[in-house]
Amino acid sequence: MDQEALKKKIPSPLAVSVSPHIKSGESVEKIMWTVVACLLPPLILSIFIFGIQTLIITLISVASCVATEAITQKLLHRPITIRDGSAVITGLLLAYIIPPGVPYWMPILGAVMSIYVAKHLLGGIGFNIFNPALIGRAFLVATFPVAMTSAWLPPIRHGSVFQYMGSGVDAVSTATPLFILKHYGISGVIEKFGSLHSIYGSFFVGWRPGCIGETSALLLLIGGAYLLYKRYITWHIPVSMIATIALLTWAFGGDKLFTGNPLLAILSGGVMLGAIFMATDYVTSPTQPTGKIIFGIGAGALTVLIRLKGGYPEGVCYAILLMNPLTPALEQWFGPKRFAPPKGAMK
Amino acid sequence: MAQTLLTFPKGGVHPPECKDLTEKLPIERAPVPEEIAILLVQHFGAPCTPLIKKKTEVKEGDLIGQVEAGLGANIHSSATGTVKNIGKAPHPISVTAPAVTIKVDPDAQPPSYEPRDWKSLSREELLEAVKRAGIVGIGGAGFPTHVKLSPPSEAKVDTLILNGAECEPYLTTDHRLMLEHSREIVEGAKIILTILGINTCHIGIEANKMDAVEAMEKAVAESNSNGFHIQVDALQVKYPQGSEKQLIQSITGRKVPGFGLPFDVGVIVQNVGTTKAIYDAVVLNKPLYEKVITVSGKGINRPANLLVRIGTRIADIVDYLGGVKRDLSKVVLGGPMMGFAVPSLDVPVTKTTSGILFLTKEEIDTKPHGQCIRCGWCIKACPMGLSPNEIGIYVEAGKAEETSQFGVFECFECGCCAFVCPAKRPLVQFIRLAKSKAKK
Repeated sequence: MDQEALKKKIPSPLAVSVSPHIKSGESVEKIMWTVVACLLPPLILSIFIFGIQTLIITLISVASCVATEAITQKLLHRPITIRDGSAVITGLLLAYIIPPGVPYWMPILGAVMSIYVAKHLLGGIGFNIFNPALIGRAFLVATFPVAMTSAWLPPIRHGSVFQYMGSGVDAVSTATPLFILKHYGISGVIEKFGSLHSIYGSFFVGWRPGCIGETSALLLLIGGAYLLYKRYITWHIPVSMIATIALLTWAFGGDKLFTGNPLLAILSGGVMLGAIFMATDYVTSPTQPTGKIIFGIGAGALTVLIRLKGGYPEGVCYAILLMNPLTPALEQWFGPKRFAPPKGAMK
Repeated sequence: MAQTLLTFPKGGVHPPECKDLTEKLPIERAPVPEEIAILLVQHFGAPCTPLIKKKTEVKEGDLIGQVEAGLGANIHSSATGTVKNIGKAPHPISVTAPAVTIKVDPDAQPPSYEPRDWKSLSREELLEAVKRAGIVGIGGAGFPTHVKLSPPSEAKVDTLILNGAECEPYLTTDHRLMLEHSREIVEGAKIILTILGINTCHIGIEANKMDAVEAMEKAVAESNSNGFHIQVDALQVKYPQGSEKQLIQSITGRKVPGFGLPFDVGVIVQNVGTTKAIYDAVVLNKPLYEKVITVSGKGINRPANLLVRIGTRIADIVDYLGGVKRDLSKVVLGGPMMGFAVPSLDVPVTKTTSGILFLTKEEIDTKPHGQCIRCGWCIKACPMGLSPNEIGIYVEAGKAEETSQFGVFECFECGCCAFVCPAKRPLVQFIRLAKSKAKK
């Protein structure tokens, strides 16, 4: 057959590339935007609890993160990847871990720190050592400690557990449960928030003072369950981290050994948000089951250590940040088991 | 039959099977084209030396190429006609390779092959018949079969495995062969068992072909066992179930060590198509010069399972099957996970071509790749327990030489990693590059 006739048979030049020629339907964009969707219900609830303020802060944070990413990549002459949703996640997470009463310029500063310094100066997606959103928060806590630890808002809807808010008598009325726990003990928490029984219920749903997106264990668990179902995350880090916090708080969190309140410990602060959405960040956590479990146990233990012995009432942020740089070592120590390496080969 | 499905424990993926396009279509004999181009390099090993000259008249089944030294297999003419040229032709993997083009005589009578009783033949005679017929592993890399069937005397081979897994999507060649030629395959298995001097054979078939499992079980039951123990094993549907090392692990639990061969763990694996070719060679005295291929994909007008002459050009097959569709964007020889994309329809079918896929834009993925986000999916998918992500990052950073620490030479390029990668990273390409630069 002559060349001309051959050419007529094919509509356009044939694509040639190395196998495989088919790919699964997954993509980075799909993963990231799914995480974004799983993060939205807690935001909606927070608007309901704390008011429109939380939405404004979140929007500022997301917009600043996306803008910082675009500008940074433009300046570094790299492809602009804001459509992949990863900067949006950082923006959401950053907003979720700052108090709802901070001034509006604060999330902008945090976003620049997260995206420019923690993400792009350390190599961009895939190479950053620390979780960018947590670096943003750590920077804000270190720079504006007063605002970052006291700009709490009372829930605007009055549930029975929050009737104490209505009296408006003291400064601690809007303090977080962990703050009260640290300074006034469990009796202080019961005095302020009602019986333990009703505390569990309202904290589980999210009716408590706290950072914008961290309060509702229920909605965060639903989001996490969906990510598990999609196999975008595995159970290893969240379960090992939450279990470690519960166990160690039960053992050491009370006046005597084994008298601490594990349930209160995992329902307050940023445990659910941190364990499900931050400690599972692909880039900054191990990929293999054993490494993940050690990472989760480490983050959980550090959280409890900071809560019980440290200067801050909450330790999730620093605990995860301290575990992040261990990831490469955990990867190397607990790598996958090779099928049957040749004799005399390296590991 | 309610047996549990056998499988390998680590890694693997579940690509869309796409076998419904052709699995119900009986094998159909394609017409002999006007001209055929028989490559003298059919598989890895030494190229054959042509035994004929330009204008020589050749008959269907005549020996036309032979290996002088080294690993190789005989090549036969797949049609009767006149040698038009001895030159070069496009090759599916190398760009071009030496080839014999034959102008086909359309009026030639096909030769007839009479069955003979092979049981009176000695092991040496059986092996010689396999060698003479130019049989190679037609399911994969094309390793010369007579070499594979003569393991070194220190290897204690006790098990033969027939590979009917056909785990590559789209391909239904082995499926149809097992349905339509189950008796010949069982007989071929007995020939191999006789050559090897053993009596245990497992036939591994993925459970998406339960009709083939039943057909093979029926053929085994109907044939006189002659003291052989032949068993059909249904395998879990998981790619790459048909990879030699994974198949051996699924069926026997044994692990072939890195850089080792199946006979190191006492196993010989033969594809069911090769087994059928061995039957043809021994019983019919017929050389390997035609084979069944699956022609599939959404880009071809009429998908089919075709019996074609080796040397038939893709363009002739396209003609016979009513042409290609407008949105065709890639032509692949072999399966979509491990096959080779070819740039033109001029490439001829070789002994190892298991299928020709005409893939449209919607079937392939042409999105550009991004940076690794370290999701670890490739590590989970890798059946060899490697970390393709690390290899890719090293190669991108210009450190391909340092990748042997990641076991890059244990990779057999199944493509699971690149299939699951959400950043669409060309991990198999990175690994090939790494292999070319790193030291074993």
